[in-house]
Amino acid sequence: MKAVITVIGHDQIGIVAKVSQRLATLKVNITDISQTLMHGDFTMMLMGEWDTDDVKFDVVKQGLLDLAKETGLSINIQRQELFDAIQKL
Amino acid sequence: METKQILDTIQMISEEKLDIRTITMGISLFDCIDSDGEKARQKIYDKLTTSAKDLVRVADQIESEYGIPIVNKRISVTPISMIAAACHDDNYVAYAQTMEKAAEVLGVDLIGGFSALVQKGYQSGDHKLIESLPEALSETKRVCGSVNVGSTCAGINMDAVKQMGQVVKELSEIDPVSCMSLVVFANAVEDNPFMAGAFHGVGEADKVINVGISGPGVVKRALEQVKGQPIDTVSETIKKTAFKVTRMGQFVGNVAAKALNVPFGIVDLSLAPTPSQGDSVAEILEEIGLQSVGAPGTTAALALLNDAVKKGGVMACEHVGGLSGAFIPVSEDSGMIKAVEHGNLNLEKLEAMTAVCSVGLDMVAVRGDTPAETISGMIADEAAIGVINNKTTAVRVIPAKGKKVGEQIDFGGIFGSAPVMPVNTNSPAKFVSRGGRIPAPIHSFKN
Repeated sequence: MKAVITVIGHDQIGIVAKVSQRLATLKVNITDISQTLMHGDFTMMLMGEWDTDDVKFDVVKQGLLDLAKETGLSINIQRQELFDAIQKL
Repeated sequence: METKQILDTIQMISEEKLDIRTITMGISLFDCIDSDGEKARQKIYDKLTTSAKDLVRVADQIESEYGIPIVNKRISVTPISMIAAACHDDNYVAYAQTMEKAAEVLGVDLIGGFSALVQKGYQSGDHKLIESLPEALSETKRVCGSVNVGSTCAGINMDAVKQMGQVVKELSEIDPVSCMSLVVFANAVEDNPFMAGAFHGVGEADKVINVGISGPGVVKRALEQVKGQPIDTVSETIKKTAFKVTRMGQFVGNVAAKALNVPFGIVDLSLAPTPSQGDSVAEILEEIGLQSVGAPGTTAALALLNDAVKKGGVMACEHVGGLSGAFIPVSEDSGMIKAVEHGNLNLEKLEAMTAVCSVGLDMVAVRGDTPAETISGMIADEAAIGVINNKTTAVRVIPAKGKKVGEQIDFGGIFGSAPVMPVNTNSPAKFVSRGGRIPAPIHSFKN
């Protein structure tokens, strides 16, 4: 499964490390990553890919929500097909 | 994929309140007909609870995996007047209770189809269903009813118009809030996913998934970027936005239909507001340049909006249906409520607006002592607009018992609250009491 993971929040030391560490634990491979500052907030987008036979979507989502709670960051995960459907002809 | 497109999509959902208003499963009940009412209701209960057993789970899963809020999960069924006609029961309240029980067990928000189609005349089941409406709708929470009283092909059944004025009044005397579950239509459509008027048409497949989209906030935000530019730009901007919103509806409908193993029917391209700030059709009209909705120019601005939404949406999905257009329910739209409260929008202007958009006088509160004939007159006027202009129109009016003009009646949640509006006090009683049928309009000499 492919999913877009967005991380938004105050810039802090080790954001990228924390998120990528958690994704590694969840067996999610990062295929693309970009970051920017939007309205002063640190905004990172990752494309993650993993085998759903191995790890279910809900498990990955919960893992990231737990991380969001620990770090105070806003983390969202959405399956990638949605973005294609809305943005591509 | 570009970062900007991802952020754009996320912003549409998180900040501009883009959501799927409803995934509605249409279910035919023709195979539940039985001359024994008890048996028919058991068959209905069994069919509903089997066919839609995964509806809520699938919708919740889609919401979780794709991050799109799905506000309501709903069911529409074949008009009960047709299903119950074969039984010998005196009234059909028990059918509404069966629908309620099934909806409760399934966890769906609303179930529509406690309906009758009487645009040309009544069959035996229609009489019983319409007479059962006040009791059926006041004793249930999730059941929605509708009656079609006119069509472009048949004209307007004035006997039904007269009766529906009385039914609305009777229901309001038991419980005014229940009136939000009752719609009187002209040119009702068979694949509408929106309530209270959804029913599963006779020409539909056994089961179908229809999707109703929302998204006034997204359109308003897009128009904020083109302030002062010509109307052509406004139209183009609305079209592009409607395209994206509809794509999401098409996508979600396809995913849901596949997961439920039910054919995907249509996307209803409607801009459906909610009472939250920034989710208002009235605010779009004000962004186009009106000081307040209701100002001269409102009808033109709404016509532009409605047409552009359809043009943008039609290309974005395989099948468009339902009511498709901009909704202007008073209680469900913070901008409309504000305009009524400040005296900027009256019933007559609202009626003019209904001539160019979907659907009609919707969620309009009037004084509780408004005579039944006056409500019938309002229904007749709306039906005439629909029948002559070949479009769907409807009346969902709430006589607010014990309330005076300007006071509020509260419906709760996404249904909002409506200020009681003044109604012209001249009586249409003699016109309404004539009964009979207004003949179908001529389809030539269109002036």
